[in-house]
Amino acid sequence: MTATLPADTTAAASGPKRRRPGRRGAITGWLYALPTALFVLLLFALPLLLVLQMSGSDWPLLGGNQGWNFPENYQDAVSNRFFWDSVWFTLKYTILTTIILLALSLGLALLVQESTRWKGLLRTSFLVPSALGLASASLLFYVLYSPIAGPFAGLMKAWGFTFLGTPDGALWSTIFLIVWRYAGFYMLLMLVGLQGIPDDVYEAARIDGASRWQTFRSVTIPLLRPTLALTTVLCVTGSLLAFEQFYILTKGGPDNSTITIVQLIYSVAFQGQNDLGVAGALSVIVLLALIVINIAQIRAFNRKAED
Amino acid sequence: MTRTYRRMTRAAALLAAGALTVGLAACAQGAEPQSNLSEAGAEGVDDGSTLTLWTRAPLEKQANLLVDAYNASHENQVELTVVPNDDYVAKVGAAAGSGGLPDLFAADIVYVPNWVEQGLFQDITANIDGLDFKDEINKGHLSAGTLDGEEYVLPFVLDLSMMFWNKELATEAGLDAEAGPANLEEYAEWAKAIQALNKPDTYGTATGLNCGGCLVFTWFPSVWADGEEVLSDDGTESLLASDTAKDVYATWKDLWDSGAVLPSSQDEAGPTWTAGFTEGKVGIQFYPATLLSSTPFDAGVAGIPGPKGGGSTFVGGDGIGISKDSKKAAQAWNFLNWLMSEDAQVQVLAKNNDVVSRADLANNEYSEKDPRLITINEVAGNGDTPVAINFQQAFNAPSSPWLTLVRNAVLGDGESVDADNDEITAVLSQ
Repeated sequence: MTATLPADTTAAASGPKRRRPGRRGAITGWLYALPTALFVLLLFALPLLLVLQMSGSDWPLLGGNQGWNFPENYQDAVSNRFFWDSVWFTLKYTILTTIILLALSLGLALLVQESTRWKGLLRTSFLVPSALGLASASLLFYVLYSPIAGPFAGLMKAWGFTFLGTPDGALWSTIFLIVWRYAGFYMLLMLVGLQGIPDDVYEAARIDGASRWQTFRSVTIPLLRPTLALTTVLCVTGSLLAFEQFYILTKGGPDNSTITIVQLIYSVAFQGQNDLGVAGALSVIVLLALIVINIAQIRAFNRKAED
Repeated sequence: MTRTYRRMTRAAALLAAGALTVGLAACAQGAEPQSNLSEAGAEGVDDGSTLTLWTRAPLEKQANLLVDAYNASHENQVELTVVPNDDYVAKVGAAAGSGGLPDLFAADIVYVPNWVEQGLFQDITANIDGLDFKDEINKGHLSAGTLDGEEYVLPFVLDLSMMFWNKELATEAGLDAEAGPANLEEYAEWAKAIQALNKPDTYGTATGLNCGGCLVFTWFPSVWADGEEVLSDDGTESLLASDTAKDVYATWKDLWDSGAVLPSSQDEAGPTWTAGFTEGKVGIQFYPATLLSSTPFDAGVAGIPGPKGGGSTFVGGDGIGISKDSKKAAQAWNFLNWLMSEDAQVQVLAKNNDVVSRADLANNEYSEKDPRLITINEVAGNGDTPVAINFQQAFNAPSSPWLTLVRNAVLGDGESVDADNDEITAVLSQ
């Protein structure tokens, strides 16, 4: 005799009869998850472990792993002569790109949200650049900016300027490319967010006598916060990891003024030092920075939502 | 249960059959003849083996011609893989780490000392010593591939930097188009005279001011032409702050300030640094000799002069060796031995207006038809190839201190040459 019933008996007695997954069911479950688990293991976990090992090892590109040398690689990484310049440049580029892209894509989304005759055409034309690969778009702009082959070569010669010839020119020329390439994509995200806001809320605001600006500030922006959070995280992460556009357009120049942190990693690994250990250490530093920045962003947005 | 068992048995049988097939295929691959250099003999082994060869894209034309000619005349067959220039170091590095290098691979000659030191090539000293014409092989390439007296690399394709000028533009500017400038000062005068023609889209000269590799290739010879050196013998100290080197920078600064340099040279990172001259829009330029055959107009050719005159060249291009991972070294030597032969040097390279790697073949039936080829072959003998372990980092990398030195000296105020030169030394001596 027992004072209490077994747990499953209690459950069976208190509600509808639920079949407990047997051993065979558990195995089936594992088998369903196995392909994805293998995928994650092979393409994410193992490379991450390899980078961690690399970052703590003396690992020249041509010589293979020469053994443990932690923390020298990290010391070499932060004492690289381009490290702090590339950090500063990447942050500057990220801030400028994020502000411009968010403002522009929200503006475009508001523009195409209204039902106008040209809505379809406008949406399509804003979105088309997103269909082009970033490397292809960079090559396209490389030719556009070319003082030899580009369509503006004559103007450039007459006015004595080059798009990529000065540090500021190279930065803004690249930002222009990125805005052209991504504004339509972020517009689409914003549009989905805008369309998720119920009409009743706007109706209520109208009845309360709110102006368009007040409605935008007090209704649209707060209700768009989840979309803004998503686009900001995407934009910041993408900009912090910028590589192709600078690799193709500027190669870090002129005068090493446009070296991003990822470009520095590539350069240390394959172009100059050929040192996978130091490149691995830089990669880990970037990964940690990204995690911290993303957590901070999400927390900031969550806090505002709670307020 | 029975059905499940049958299914599992069938799956196991399928797996076993697959494994057996893969195993047999592996055995079949492994059945290919393996050999080492001690079995190579003077000429190597030509037994129908398949050899793999990697080269970088700038030498694709020459590599294709050589491989086609070898495959047509030998039982061994070479499979060529052409790799984009920017990806080559990464690809070789990854393959070296995983033991997957091809049987033969070429390397930009300035990287060869580093790659030899890393042990990527097999020692072929005895085989090279067995060549009757060893003393005639280009010394720059041989010394770049020599470590502690052991030789690892032979020249694959030579690429020399030469002074080219557009004879039509020179004549129009009232210059002696047959003679060419005698020194760097005259070079600048030529460039300014052609610029003064004020022809639309036509410039005096051009260079790659954002391309470290282009600048070592075309500016080092001006220092050598005056009898100076650019590096210490051991390749750990930069001598690029000498009076001669400063004269070179000052000449180019004067040219830039005068507006005689193609404006896009300021940002030129390498891909199009020769395009202006090839299109006939640049009057005079230091230029790769390999582009002679594709220059569509009458161009004069001479060695690159220094401030005081003379003529020199950067003996660039690629060296080639047998990889550490090759199991067919004797067959690979057969290709290298043929590569050095008159058949390859004259009937393939010289026939296609390329430079030969052997001094004794400099005057050949093809060069006799075009005196410019004789000039190029002769200057090759007086040229140089700098040897330094950290050459790439110090000079060729997009963020190299050499690039900083040149841009400060030519585009800036020119006051920081000594300090910038110390930065190069710091990288070289790491």
